[in-house]
Amino acid sequence: MSIASSLSVDKRDIVALEGVTKRFPGVVANDGVDLAIRPGEVHVLLGENGAGKSTLIGMLSGLQQPDEGRILVDGEPTAITSPRHALALGIGTVFQHMMLVPTLTVAENLLLGGPWWQRPKTEELEARVAEITRTLGITVRLHAKVSELSLGEQQQVEILRAMVRNTRLLILDESTSMLTPKGIEELGALMRRLVGQGLAIVFITHKLKEAAAFGDRISVLKLGRKVGEIPPERFRALGEQAIISEIVELMFGKRKDDPEAAERPVRVIHAEAAPLLQVHDLAVAPTDEAPCLSSISFDIRPGEIFGIAGIDGNGQKQLAEALAGQRATMGGSVRLEGAPIEALSVGERRERGLRYLTDDRLGEGTVGTFPVSINFFLKQVGAAPFWRKGVEQRAEIDKRAAQIVREYDVRTPSLKTPVARLSGGNIQKVLLARELAEGAKVVIFNKPTYGLDLANTLASRQRIRDTAARGLAVLLISTDLEELLSMCDRIAVISNGSLVGTVENADDARTKVGRLMIGLAA
Amino acid sequence: MTGLFSEVFLSALLFGAVTAAIPLLLAGLGEQMSEKAGVLNIGIEGMMLAGAYLGFVGAFYSGSLWLGFFTGAAGGIAVALVMALLCVRIGLNQIVIGIALTLGLEGLTALLHHFQFSRSYPRLPAVDVTVIPLLSDIPVIGPALFRQHLIVYLAIALVFAMGHIYRRTQLGLNLQAAGDKPAALDVAGIDVMRTRTIAVLTTGALAGLGGAFLANVGAGLFIPFITNGAGFLGIVLAMLARGRPVWVLFGALLFGVCLSLTTAMQVAGINIPTDIIQMLPFLAVMIMLVLFGRRASLPAALGIPYERGAR
Ligand SMILES: Nc1ncnc2c1ncn2[C@@H]1O[C@H](COP(=O)(O)OP(=O)(O)OP(=O)(O)O)[C@@H](O)[C@H]1O
Ligand SMILES: [Mg+2]
Repeated sequence: MSIASSLSVDKRDIVALEGVTKRFPGVVANDGVDLAIRPGEVHVLLGENGAGKSTLIGMLSGLQQPDEGRILVDGEPTAITSPRHALALGIGTVFQHMMLVPTLTVAENLLLGGPWWQRPKTEELEARVAEITRTLGITVRLHAKVSELSLGEQQQVEILRAMVRNTRLLILDESTSMLTPKGIEELGALMRRLVGQGLAIVFITHKLKEAAAFGDRISVLKLGRKVGEIPPERFRALGEQAIISEIVELMFGKRKDDPEAAERPVRVIHAEAAPLLQVHDLAVAPTDEAPCLSSISFDIRPGEIFGIAGIDGNGQKQLAEALAGQRATMGGSVRLEGAPIEALSVGERRERGLRYLTDDRLGEGTVGTFPVSINFFLKQVGAAPFWRKGVEQRAEIDKRAAQIVREYDVRTPSLKTPVARLSGGNIQKVLLARELAEGAKVVIFNKPTYGLDLANTLASRQRIRDTAARGLAVLLISTDLEELLSMCDRIAVISNGSLVGTVENADDARTKVGRLMIGLAA
Repeated sequence: MTGLFSEVFLSALLFGAVTAAIPLLLAGLGEQMSEKAGVLNIGIEGMMLAGAYLGFVGAFYSGSLWLGFFTGAAGGIAVALVMALLCVRIGLNQIVIGIALTLGLEGLTALLHHFQFSRSYPRLPAVDVTVIPLLSDIPVIGPALFRQHLIVYLAIALVFAMGHIYRRTQLGLNLQAAGDKPAALDVAGIDVMRTRTIAVLTTGALAGLGGAFLANVGAGLFIPFITNGAGFLGIVLAMLARGRPVWVLFGALLFGVCLSLTTAMQVAGINIPTDIIQMLPFLAVMIMLVLFGRRASLPAALGIPYERGAR
């Protein structure tokens, strides 16, 4: 292992961390971490949810200062005091949580940070963006408002922003989590081109395949400590499978071959059972940036997992929101257990057993500053037994919350911790626990495993399977085809706001869905 | 009523409306800038009072109205400095501090005035107006709109200057980002605290100027609590204007008309109890809030102190 060797300052390092420790109330987020970041290398950072990856990045981008240890930039001990300082040092970061101003346009967001007395240099920016997007192979609508973009598109804008500034060290904190398989491949190719030009890249992901495919060096964090590193020499010597099993061993202490490849249990769904959810000819008006939804029809029977595949931004979010009652529809019917619900409010639909797990966990899913315990019961505020005559029943809430925390393995310092302080994966567990609570009949999952580490991904998928096994109807929206193939009974493909085909999840489903996604008939 | 009387009456009414609108306009524009940057500035009433008092004192002793405007703005800035320190730097609750500042300044200015002038209320001489040729000859609106003190024209020009700053400059982007998503501004390399401090100090300057106008031009004297809610009306205007300076202008003129109507009806001796007449502007506030309040869109981070790295 090269932990010892990285301790000695290497002149080739752009940035080196030496014994960096960061504590938060109740947790040691980083514990004596050493890290060497070199030009021409993609340094992959792996670790479970809450392992301390984002905290490390926070210190490199000037958001936080280490409690112990030091950071060397170009061999010089440097205190990175502010984000501005980090940018000046050439460190550009794409953060895990969106760092765009929703009310400004894409162009305005990219211009943010210029000298305040100046006019924004829009023309200059347009020229530069045109050049970069050509090499990146993405299209960005510069004059669209950010709030109108899908999360995937927002992520592309953030990558673009890091590229627009002249960055020597590019940090990508889970930047592939919202991209399509094609987008991920393109980002990977781009990273290889950039390191070829001498850039250094720190790449955080939960997908071991990406780590093996795009990395040069891998460091693994576990509970704040660095538990291992695969240096480039060894990396090159090993094949993809060997690297993945070595990582799995480092992360989980046991060898597993392909941890994500779970056998899909054969479930018997009674074809004659009455569908729990019937959607017929649903239509939603287009907004400035999202396509309209037209003639969406499907049924989900009890115990069935119905998947929606498709490239991000094709109307998935609109569909989920229309079903949940958060978005006005233009026509069509939605029936729950045969009863029409399209005229009902969000709360009434929830009452009848329709649950929606949003992909925007912090934005609309939870109230970040509220404690974990209250977040479990957000949608029951005012209802017994947690509220009586309008008075919050602390003891009752805490008792039930403690139970849920145990059951769902939510890693939180305490029940009183504001939910936004948790790591991404643990926020998702809070949401899951809340939506699957009493009375659920139909559950809509929108990208349920994005941003989750392997252990949490597998656990969440198992929860979804269990949900269906209990006889609930599940609508699973995902951009991860593997995920859909491993879980669904039927998969529909959404493209430009309509369902272009539905496929039984049999042996040839992969090719059929793939063909539908790229616009060919199945 | 003869035609002549109604023309004079209308002209005076309009003139009074503009005079009453200017302090509201300045307060509204100032509050708008703070709110854009994410700071709910409830202390604005206190800033206006400081401006009114110091503005009057400055003009009274120097004999120069302009020096009065200058000291008025400086007084507003001084109060804003306290607000910026406590609410932006230290991150204390903006509502609590704002109320404390307003109450504190009400007491302080009354006390200082009492020490200085005891129970007398000395007056400033009438202000010089700048007459705009040709336009001022238009009947009714000519004398009302185009025979005003120079600062009135400057205040109107400020509306368009603000519009330009918000829509066309880097500073405008920074302000909006500071209010809607301060973390994004911070990681773009702009200091959120500094941006918000600039906004709060600008609010102080504008509110102070508004207060000085109220005392020196509107009333010609200082009496305790002279602002009488003008700062709070400014907050309402800023909330209803959805970030657009022109809407602050429209709103300020509307309230100005109400205020002026109140005075005019009292002067004309119309037989309605004065208490009811004096309710008019506040009735207008309520009607405006009912009509447009639901559409008021406030910045996402309004009232929330920014702390780097906290989540
Ligand atoms: N500002 C903060 N205040 C308090 N605790 C924090 C703060 N930031 C992070 N933590 C805690 O530090 C630990 C590490 O969190 P971090 O976000 O670095 O994990 P991560 O590896 O990025 O996880 P994920 O893969 O879920 O994003 C977590 O336990 C988290 O709750
Ligand atoms: Mg993270």
